[in-house]
Amino acid sequence: MDMNQYLDLFLEESLEHLQNLNQSLLALENNPERLDLLDEIFRAAHTLKGMSATMGYNSIAQLTHQMENLLDKLRERKLSLSPEIIDALFQCVDALEEMVGSIREGREPQTAIGQLAAGLALLEKGESIQASVKQNVEAPAPTADVSIQFNEYEKNLINAALEKGYHAYQLQIHIDEQCLMKGVRAFMVFRNLENVGEIIASRPSVQDIEDEKFDNHITVVLVTHQKETEIQTQLDVISEVKLANITPLGSYKPSSQPYEEMQGTNSNNNIVKEENKTNNDKKQKIHQTVRVDIGRLDKLMSLVGELVINKTRLEQIHLTNNTIGLNETIEQIDRIATDLQNVVQNVRMVSIEQVFNRFPRMVRDLAKELGKEVNLILEGKETELDRTVIDEIGDPLVHLIRNAIDHGLESPEERVKANKNREGMLKLAARHEGNQVVIVVEDDGKGINVNAIREKALKNGLITPAQAENMDDQAIVNLVFEPGFSTAQTITDISGRGVGLDVVKSKIQALSGQVHLETKQSQGTKFVIKLPLTLAIIQSLLVKVQEETFAIPLGNIDETTNLEADHIKNIQGQQVMVLRGKVLPLLFIKNLLAVPGHKEQHELYVVVVRKGEQQVGLVVDELIGQQEIVINSLGKLLTGLPGIAGASILGDGKVSLILDIGTLF
Amino acid sequence: MNDQNQGNIADEIQLVAFKLGNEEYAVDILAVQEIIRWTHITRVPKAPSFVKGVINLRGTVIPVIDSHKRFNLPQVETTETARIIVFRLEDVAVGLTVDLVTEVIRLSTEQIEKTQSVGGINDQFVKGIGKIADRLLIILDLDRVLDFSIEQQ
Repeated sequence: MDMNQYLDLFLEESLEHLQNLNQSLLALENNPERLDLLDEIFRAAHTLKGMSATMGYNSIAQLTHQMENLLDKLRERKLSLSPEIIDALFQCVDALEEMVGSIREGREPQTAIGQLAAGLALLEKGESIQASVKQNVEAPAPTADVSIQFNEYEKNLINAALEKGYHAYQLQIHIDEQCLMKGVRAFMVFRNLENVGEIIASRPSVQDIEDEKFDNHITVVLVTHQKETEIQTQLDVISEVKLANITPLGSYKPSSQPYEEMQGTNSNNNIVKEENKTNNDKKQKIHQTVRVDIGRLDKLMSLVGELVINKTRLEQIHLTNNTIGLNETIEQIDRIATDLQNVVQNVRMVSIEQVFNRFPRMVRDLAKELGKEVNLILEGKETELDRTVIDEIGDPLVHLIRNAIDHGLESPEERVKANKNREGMLKLAARHEGNQVVIVVEDDGKGINVNAIREKALKNGLITPAQAENMDDQAIVNLVFEPGFSTAQTITDISGRGVGLDVVKSKIQALSGQVHLETKQSQGTKFVIKLPLTLAIIQSLLVKVQEETFAIPLGNIDETTNLEADHIKNIQGQQVMVLRGKVLPLLFIKNLLAVPGHKEQHELYVVVVRKGEQQVGLVVDELIGQQEIVINSLGKLLTGLPGIAGASILGDGKVSLILDIGTLF
Repeated sequence: MNDQNQGNIADEIQLVAFKLGNEEYAVDILAVQEIIRWTHITRVPKAPSFVKGVINLRGTVIPVIDSHKRFNLPQVETTETARIIVFRLEDVAVGLTVDLVTEVIRLSTEQIEKTQSVGGINDQFVKGIGKIADRLLIILDLDRVLDFSIEQQ
């Protein structure tokens, strides 16, 4: 069968499960007592195993199978959780990620799992010998034996059920040898039985049955209120299936095998339910959401974009022709277009959780590696951002977090000496602010040494001694965003390889965002990133310079003001104006972009824009007005032009360029 | 019937012929997506000098090459007959300004001389010379013309 059509789904779902594994493992490390986490991990591993086996990725299936065995022992309390086990499980997740990664890139997974699997097997055995001398019952291999050997977990379930007044039956079911689709029959058996009760154990396992890895016998244990006859009826309706034998199971006597009684039945009652959920997991997912290829959403978005363009065009036609009756229709279209735009935008929104989720694990590993203690605080995980932004923002955040742990936070010893908590605080917070999303990466470490930066910048020739004199601390601190700047005393593996914050900055600017930095010596460092909610449609101010029209994103604009030509002053060759007592450097768009034309204008306008902490006045001839514009790229052939963020088609059908304040000057 | 067969059977190619100044040029018709009337072209600052700007082609923004600048020909006034030929190469649409589109011509391969030395225009953009009666057609190497990394000399 061609599995390619399922590949995307497989990749996506396995990533989800891996994420889940990582998260649950982290949580488990902190709360080793939480059985529900073990169940969660087990479920995720189990699902992964099933999926990968179906897709034919046997190495993944093999590894997850080993994990399952180990987890099973943990769940049954035959093993106690040790850091060694946790680490081993983490390594497995890494290996799985690697394998899924290579599948994504179209390669067969090559990761060697032999050693990991062997390690797991060793852990599983080594510990179990000590932990359960009394209960020497190995988890039984899938067999078609008449009697089932129950493990402790299943015994607990049966006991719990019987205590609550249920009946427990062991059913032996035969599927006709002529039957072609045994798996389907087995599935029907399970479904029908679940109508009358709960299946708490099955031989072979549910997974093996789904994979049709069984001959013609299934043995299941059913917990139910119903009588035997009712069970019989449920099975009679399925053709080619015969109930061969039904045996009631008594309390504490689930099998003919003698076994040690459990002391203190510590099974909680909802385990029965939990198990049932495992079986239903797959079915539920399909009903909840629809997965859509992101390409289709992009297409939809661009169609909405075109609609918006044409809407504006219609409005303009209406303005010039003023046809009576058209007004109402235009208003309607306007409303519909706006709604549609909002809906599509919302569909593209993804919570930042999926970016944040990879950090606890990363922080844990980094902290371990660097011998630091870090308390990671995540806030505002539910904050939503456009999918494109989500895809791009991960790397810059990783960089900032690595920086914070490597350079920002001190070692526990240093912290204690400085009268701080042993554990360093690293906060990652996201929130909405108007039409923007703000992401803050904050640590309470040693902060950035302004003088060290000043010296470094002087040494690297980034600034001249004269400049250094005149720059305030904030301006000096901002130098860390300059290309080739790294203050790390020693180059480590984690950060400080010369490519650093400048990459972060350019990435964020490429997303039409801004980043700035606040730092206090010995109190900590705070990076504030501001991003637009969406990249496709933005609010902008249209301005005119000579005969050309440009759009300036509203997010970059602080204010606008008019300017008499003779109010322009010259300070050291730099044209400036005085705005409310503050000196504002002026830049003429005409010069910046070499706009042709010689129209002299006495009355000019200034658009005050912000680039990081720096405020600059852009001089234009005319302000046309605020307008919603759809961002179009200039195409593959014209990329990376400084000062140009893209193009937009205006109401009159002409193309106007969108200025990129980040790279304009 | 696919395009290649057509070419092989007749052993000829179809070309779109156009004029730049007084010289006549031609491009393979298979690369041509459409020919459009002159429209407003938005200048793009800091783009390569031979890029005249960008235009709105039914909602998509595409770059337009100024052929006179590209081929180092003297600038002329834009007249009524001026057109923009839109090419599509590997999914990228690019426009090329021309002074006048003359016709669609069939040329057999024998009529095409694989020479590269022509007087007026930059040799590196020429694929060959087509001859019909007393007319000479300069056949352009579009892959090179539309490659923005190749600057004119």
